[in-house]
Amino acid sequence: MLSPAEWTIVALSLKVSLVAVLVTMPIAYGLAWVIARRRFPGRMLLDALVHLPLVLPPVVTGWLLLILLGRNGAIGGWLHEALGVTLVFNWTGAAVAAGVMALPLMVRAMRLSIEAVDRRLVGAARTLGATPLHAFLTITLPLSLPGIAAGAMLGFARSLGEFGATITFAANIAGETRTLPLAIYTGLQVPGSESEVARLAVIAIVLSLGALLVSEWLVRRSQGTRAHVL
Amino acid sequence: MFFDVTIDMAVDDHRFALEFTSDAKLTALVGPSGVGKTSTLNAIAGLLRPQEGRIVVAGEVLFDSAAGVDLPPEQRRAGYVFQDARLFPHKRVAGNLAYGEKLAPADARFITQGEVVRLLEIGHLLDRLPATLSGGEARRVAIGRALLAAPRFLLLDEPLASLDESRAETLLTLIERLRDELDLPMLLVSHSSAEVERLAGRVVTMTAPGPN
Repeated sequence: MLSPAEWTIVALSLKVSLVAVLVTMPIAYGLAWVIARRRFPGRMLLDALVHLPLVLPPVVTGWLLLILLGRNGAIGGWLHEALGVTLVFNWTGAAVAAGVMALPLMVRAMRLSIEAVDRRLVGAARTLGATPLHAFLTITLPLSLPGIAAGAMLGFARSLGEFGATITFAANIAGETRTLPLAIYTGLQVPGSESEVARLAVIAIVLSLGALLVSEWLVRRSQGTRAHVL
Repeated sequence: MFFDVTIDMAVDDHRFALEFTSDAKLTALVGPSGVGKTSTLNAIAGLLRPQEGRIVVAGEVLFDSAAGVDLPPEQRRAGYVFQDARLFPHKRVAGNLAYGEKLAPADARFITQGEVVRLLEIGHLLDRLPATLSGGEARRVAIGRALLAAPRFLLLDEPLASLDESRAETLLTLIERLRDELDLPMLLVSHSSAEVERLAGRVVTMTAPGPN
């Protein structure tokens, strides 16, 4: 059904999105928990910083990543020197860009589900002998599982569609960083490739819609039929 | 002395102070709504921190602001039966019962799950989720869950509220049995004077502070 070239693009997109979501998930959950449960000075600032990739032009996010994580960047330079890791111009860079762009959506979904967990249940667990960590692992975490799943699916859909930050930070290299949106954009630059573009667009629609429907279903199942992901 | 409590608390703009001692097996805490009865139970369980004071139960200092003692709830080992039962919604009744039992030190346990199930007549509920239980059933499970956690004392927050007469009578008889058969100091919050009269060896009345 798919040509080998299309397969390469789809497989790369899935790999980039999957890795982006898996790596971002624990970070997003940690941030969501802190924002939902802790009161400290700077909480508003942290919340705003987490949401920054949602409101900034993606190209600006990509540029910021380049400055921070590029080979001459503050963190990227160290990664290259000390660990020999280079993020720009390869698929891990695309995954970083996708993960950063997905972060705010994932934090939002997870935060809502953590806030929906009755804190008094944690108190009840404590009186029964649970340490704060044990109460978190047995009460808060399992009860917020639907939000984790919804956040992951939403982040996955966002990662699949990531364009601006990826092309700015990781560039557009066939087989390395050319994910579905970048391949569609590349196809549009070449006259006579309308049918290839259309096929890729259909694949993108199917994958994204699928991810969104699954996350919507997960949220409704846990938070009631009036709850929404978006 | 079973309970030796002196606390000064502030909860959501409501300030109150309470001082009582009791060596009765079951002590009742009575008073009008909003006077701080549940907050007192929360303070004894370690879920709320008093501004200052001292809480000693069965000889162990749980809280002492002057000495800097403030044991976390898991070390106080209160068997707290909440008014709303507060069962874990994602665990079946059996899982709720086992929660505290697994965490209790083996040598502190004084009752088995089988005994609790028989005593409370909840055997037919073990596979059910809390959302499907009636108020009386949920409260019986909550009592069982608290007992299995090997508590050193029991806190009962209006255990009979909003139960019909026959259910209330069943539970009342059960609390009497617990009082007489177990060696556990019990503190009960209640609105019903009949209930208090029948159960309590000592009654502590909380009053709203006058307008001064």
